[in-house]
Amino acid sequence: MDRFLFLTLDGLSRGAVYAAFALALVLIWRAGRIVNFAQGAMAVAAAYVAYSVTAATGSYWLGFGAALLAGLLLGAVVDIAVMRLVDHRSPLNPVIVALGLVLLIQAVLGMLYGNEYRPAQAPFSRTALAVGGTAVLSPYDLFVFAAVGVVGAALVWIFTRTAIGLRMRAAAFAPEVSRLLGVNVGGMLTLGWALASGVGALAAMLVIPTELGLHPHAMDLVFVSAFTAAVLGGLDSPPGAVVGGLGVGLLLSYVSGYAGGDLIPLAVLALLLTVLLLRPGGLFAPVTARRV
Amino acid sequence: MSATRASAPPHQHRAVDLVRPGRPVPTLIRHLAVAAGAALVVLLVSYQLDSYRNFQLATVAAYLCATAGLTILTGLCGQLSLGHGALMATGAYTVALCQSAFFDRGVTSGSVLLLSLVAAVAVTVTVGLVVGVAAARLRGPYLAGLTLAVAVVVPALTVTFDGVFNGEQGLAVPLAPAPQGLGVYFPHERWQLWVAAGATLLCLVVLANLVRSRYGRLFRAVRDDEVAARLAGIHVARTQVIAFVVSAAGAGLGGALLAVLAQSVSPGAFGLTLSLFLLMAVVIGGLGRLAGAVWGAFLLVALPDLTHSLTNLFTLSPAAAQRLEGNLPLAIFGATLIVVMIAAPGGVQGLLSRLTRALRARWPAGRS
Amino acid sequence: MRTTARRGLVIATTLTLLLSSTACGSDDGPGSGEPVPGVTDTEIVVGTHMPLTGPASAGYSKIAPATKAYFDYVNANGGVHGRKITYKIMDDGYNPATTQQVVRQLVLQDKVFAVLNGLGTPTHTGVLDFLHTNRVPDLFVASGSRNWDQPDRYPNTFGFNPDYTVEGKILANHVKTTLPDRKVCFLGQDDDFGQDALAGVEKVLGADGVVARETYVTSNTNVAPQIGAFKAAGCEVVILATVPGFTALSVGTAARLGFRPQWVVSNVGADHPTLARQLGDAAGLLEGMVGLNYLPMQGDTDNPWIQLFTKVNTEHNGGAEFDGNTVYGMAVGYLFVQVLLAAGKDLTRESLVEAVRKGGYQGPGVAPLRFSATDHSGYGGGRLSRVSGGAQSYFGPTYETDESDGPVNEYTAPPVSPPVNGVPTA
Repeated sequence: MDRFLFLTLDGLSRGAVYAAFALALVLIWRAGRIVNFAQGAMAVAAAYVAYSVTAATGSYWLGFGAALLAGLLLGAVVDIAVMRLVDHRSPLNPVIVALGLVLLIQAVLGMLYGNEYRPAQAPFSRTALAVGGTAVLSPYDLFVFAAVGVVGAALVWIFTRTAIGLRMRAAAFAPEVSRLLGVNVGGMLTLGWALASGVGALAAMLVIPTELGLHPHAMDLVFVSAFTAAVLGGLDSPPGAVVGGLGVGLLLSYVSGYAGGDLIPLAVLALLLTVLLLRPGGLFAPVTARRV
Repeated sequence: MSATRASAPPHQHRAVDLVRPGRPVPTLIRHLAVAAGAALVVLLVSYQLDSYRNFQLATVAAYLCATAGLTILTGLCGQLSLGHGALMATGAYTVALCQSAFFDRGVTSGSVLLLSLVAAVAVTVTVGLVVGVAAARLRGPYLAGLTLAVAVVVPALTVTFDGVFNGEQGLAVPLAPAPQGLGVYFPHERWQLWVAAGATLLCLVVLANLVRSRYGRLFRAVRDDEVAARLAGIHVARTQVIAFVVSAAGAGLGGALLAVLAQSVSPGAFGLTLSLFLLMAVVIGGLGRLAGAVWGAFLLVALPDLTHSLTNLFTLSPAAAQRLEGNLPLAIFGATLIVVMIAAPGGVQGLLSRLTRALRARWPAGRS
Repeated sequence: MRTTARRGLVIATTLTLLLSSTACGSDDGPGSGEPVPGVTDTEIVVGTHMPLTGPASAGYSKIAPATKAYFDYVNANGGVHGRKITYKIMDDGYNPATTQQVVRQLVLQDKVFAVLNGLGTPTHTGVLDFLHTNRVPDLFVASGSRNWDQPDRYPNTFGFNPDYTVEGKILANHVKTTLPDRKVCFLGQDDDFGQDALAGVEKVLGADGVVARETYVTSNTNVAPQIGAFKAAGCEVVILATVPGFTALSVGTAARLGFRPQWVVSNVGADHPTLARQLGDAAGLLEGMVGLNYLPMQGDTDNPWIQLFTKVNTEHNGGAEFDGNTVYGMAVGYLFVQVLLAAGKDLTRESLVEAVRKGGYQGPGVAPLRFSATDHSGYGGGRLSRVSGGAQSYFGPTYETDESDGPVNEYTAPPVSPPVNGVPTA
């Protein structure tokens, strides 16, 4: 039972990060119908900014802030300088451009920082607190839950309670009508990219200290898991991303704990197949009108 | 490799081919003739090039099967697949297991390779059928998600079942040497090119014919407008499954040929990167035309070579060299990819068609 | 129709042109007195394949530049028999498909004399047959797999690292003699690295001597389930057959679970500077870790080899960060120069391989190099190291053993000092 509890909590803390990263993917998908394959590389770039700032100032939190800011900026820059210029008629074009961005960003990071793992600092102790003899959660895990929770709540607030959120939703769902009504559709799209990239940067800051360390490829695997999570939840649904993220985190933890690490990919495929064959639009897909 | 020119439809977005005036030569005959010409060219070129170039050309041929298959699926039928690397792995491992089984039983003649290749295509088609049936229910990013999972899982299976697949280390592919009749000093690489190019041309003829057949039109109809296709009485899901299976066959043959060229298979060679690079190759080559697949396949092989020569152009201090080595070419490749997609979304083949059209428009006279 | 006809004409013309030029091509076999590939009176061209980019490149990307730096040093001191060594480093990103390409480029295009220190088990396994068919000497493969030691099948291939089973036996022997009656557990990579190492451990401790066995895959960076299982099983000693990233990850994960076993780590994953860099502020967790090595410790500044390699690193490697990978790369370079010298002035591929088969080389390594006509594996043992006060240093004797059931013996040959100018003499 102890082991089950341990695996559950460990899986949830990891799942929270997947959830945050999946949220970032969902944000961009909702804003511009693009699956941003460059999300991982962009987030790593932001994490490297944090590394440099922390190294220069000695303050983790300055670095943390810098990473979020860098994430927001990078998102906006990518949209304005690259994505906006891409011909969106074929859905493949943005995908290929994003893959090009991955190569470019990772190579530039490799040139600037070298292909070495750099230590990523955790702001809180990662030693688990024991409750009744069982190690449960560490202060760092609590920080992860809190950070993801705050970001999720903030996004909900922005999209449902603020005028700018309303405009972003309008721009995404009916760009032509919104434009007629005076909404700056392009600007809203850029804002969406910035927000998504900021959330991605946060996810990277949270997950990298628990992994091998900072490396240009540090988010590759997280991206695959988070993408799976987002697809599971239904790419249009932010709550779906959270549920999908936590679900994937738990699955990975249980499988490697009870069955062995080598079965993980198989388990992910099985989960994905089961969910998608039952609900082709993901768990939280809105009910669609029957097609002809 | 010119076999594919004839198969390129005049316009990507036109669902029905233009009907040419006059009695056309039967498609199959025309394709066979072009393929025979291409075969002759390859034969001659194989004597002109050194061993390394022969090997590279053979690798192009192997990749071409896969990119052509992917072109059918993504370019013609409009389904995205991030999992074609995994289908190549299926073909590659099947060849490795078949060849080992033959050689273990003392059957070492060169002709068993043919059987192994057929088996590889058959097994991949089966896998493609399973994935395709699931994929036909999915759209856009959900399809991408599923095929991405396939791309990650298949290489990982080799570790899970390492009793059969020998884990990360992979399997050797025992092969008979080139036929004695060709001489003792016949370069092995030239023989490899012949085998690979032969199989690929056959594959291309079949695919090019398919593109021009009723199925090609069904694929395009489904791609352009699913609802309209359904209204016209087309069974959309079945059409998509057929496209997936055909595409899988190409990928399987390509993977099998790669295994034959490398004389070994291992999961690291068929990772997610391969799947993504295949997709990039067909898009840069020019989606929707088999000719684009040819450019894509060339690109896949030429790229590492080009990037390496590029780094060698600079003489750098050891410290700078350590950082730039490997990274600089990738950065340039990434930047080129972005620029090409923004400036010329039709890919290389799209550019060429535009160029040809522009030239024709300038000199309308003198050509009939 | 007309297009087809025109196209046919173009093709026909091209063919005729090609045909006429083909007549000149021929497939003559190698004649006698043909020059040795990659060797001239002034130059020897050697190549390697290494991961310089991609996730697997961390640490390893420093090896080949270090080897090259040592060659540059030798070249600056007159070269080998008057020939300068050119080292072509090809990036394969640890992708076996790319290795196929780059090794063929080295052999068929660049016509290298030999392939030196190709890195990785899956990558290099794929090119063994190709190198064998082309009779290319394939020296000092950078991996501890037993694949390289097959003199009958691959007469030109030689290893360098001690094989993983040998490592496992020596580590287990340490546990058996100095930490008896402790609960021993094992974490290994889910491939031949982990399996061979576990086989070595079990040869010494017995199958029931290992309480819990876990594996990890490099594609999943969460080892908490495995480490949690060790904690639950009450493990006191954990033997790791892990790459550096996963050594650091295991140590860090254990600390956050409040689990502090004695770590005993195989050579591949025991380089202290690499681990400390990755753990950052948590580097103190490595205190007391027992590792295995067979080359001089990078931090041992009194060691004449380290002094030599530091000098080479400053002069020819841009003063790159000096760690175990640097020492490794230079040790490979030193051994290769020794072998070149032994092969004599009339350098051929045959004389080079013969020189390795003769064996008897001693250089920076503390353990014996086992090269002989029947043994193509590299180092046959190693010495244990411990991290103390933030520095890794050797303790106890050097051990040697075989990969089967032989005992683990002390190896007593005294270490040698490098020649004064740092270049071996024949």
